[in-house]
Amino acid sequence: MHELSIVMSIIEIATKQMEGADASIIEEIELEIGALSGVEENSFEFAWNQAVKNTPLKNAIRKIHKPEGIATCLDCMIDFSIQQLYDPCPVCGGHFLNIKNGKELKVKSLVVN
Amino acid sequence: MCATCGCDGQDHVHGKRIVDVEQDILHQNNLLAERNRGYFEAKNILALNLVSSPGSGKTTLLERTLTDLKGQLDFCVIEGDQQTTNDADRIHATGTKVTQINTGKGCHLDSQMISHALQGLKPKENSIMFIENVGNLVCPAMFDLGEKERVVIISVTEGDDKPLKYPDMFFSSTLCIVNKTDLLPYVPFSIEKVKENALKINKDLHIIEVSCTNGDGLQEWYSWLKSKVLAPETV
Repeated sequence: MHELSIVMSIIEIATKQMEGADASIIEEIELEIGALSGVEENSFEFAWNQAVKNTPLKNAIRKIHKPEGIATCLDCMIDFSIQQLYDPCPVCGGHFLNIKNGKELKVKSLVVN
Repeated sequence: MCATCGCDGQDHVHGKRIVDVEQDILHQNNLLAERNRGYFEAKNILALNLVSSPGSGKTTLLERTLTDLKGQLDFCVIEGDQQTTNDADRIHATGTKVTQINTGKGCHLDSQMISHALQGLKPKENSIMFIENVGNLVCPAMFDLGEKERVVIISVTEGDDKPLKYPDMFFSSTLCIVNKTDLLPYVPFSIEKVKENALKINKDLHIIEVSCTNGDGLQEWYSWLKSKVLAPETV
């Protein structure tokens, strides 16, 4: 359940930014959670609903971008989409990969009032 | 007068506005981890984060290591568990400086807990600091503690497909120790398969097979430790 720690960090970041903007309500929050970031969607949802109670994020609309996993095969130098860290290169079948995309875990923006 | 809060409208703006944040969610943990890393580097301490599922033999590996290398290298240990000081007691019995962190309901150690523990522990310069994380192959993967290397331990009584089931931990580690190899005759575990699976996740992963019961492979682990300590700091 590290998702709870993740949600707590989001609340902390968002609250700080909201206060910095001299606002008292967060109407919208935009997040980026990559497909390979290690965050389980259902656990995140569960943690979110519990943790945002009594915080400025209580009624915030949540927009989540989910960048797909993209790896570069270091032998063939081609990019391809991966669902799992152990997916092989579709050309050579090798695992000599660099993860290029999908590890993102970010608060992108807020709409405050 | 302002209808929102009753102010005179001079001090602040009202109304909907967009705030660009672009901040990593684990930013706070990562910042503190970098502070810990700086502390370790300044004191030339080799900090190792030991991660595994519960029962893979992390504490036994430490007991054995601390006893066998006593007098050759300086050690201290941070033990992470949800409850009890059992592991710290076992480490203490080897004569090593140790601190226990109880995470309560928490499933992983974070960099703030380590920073706090360091203040009480005051590790020696040029020593090795073992951080035994909470037994959990999932959550600790995401939390940098400021360690130099992450060591994942798996035992042969687990499945040889574990790297595929818990890829994040194997992806973020630099060394994998396969423990309890003395039990290989009794379990359907293939060393070749586990290696193949682990390397699918992490092509650079170094793998060492050991048994803390009969001592097989421990010399290779000790050599690895010593090579990391003696490695020159400048490139």
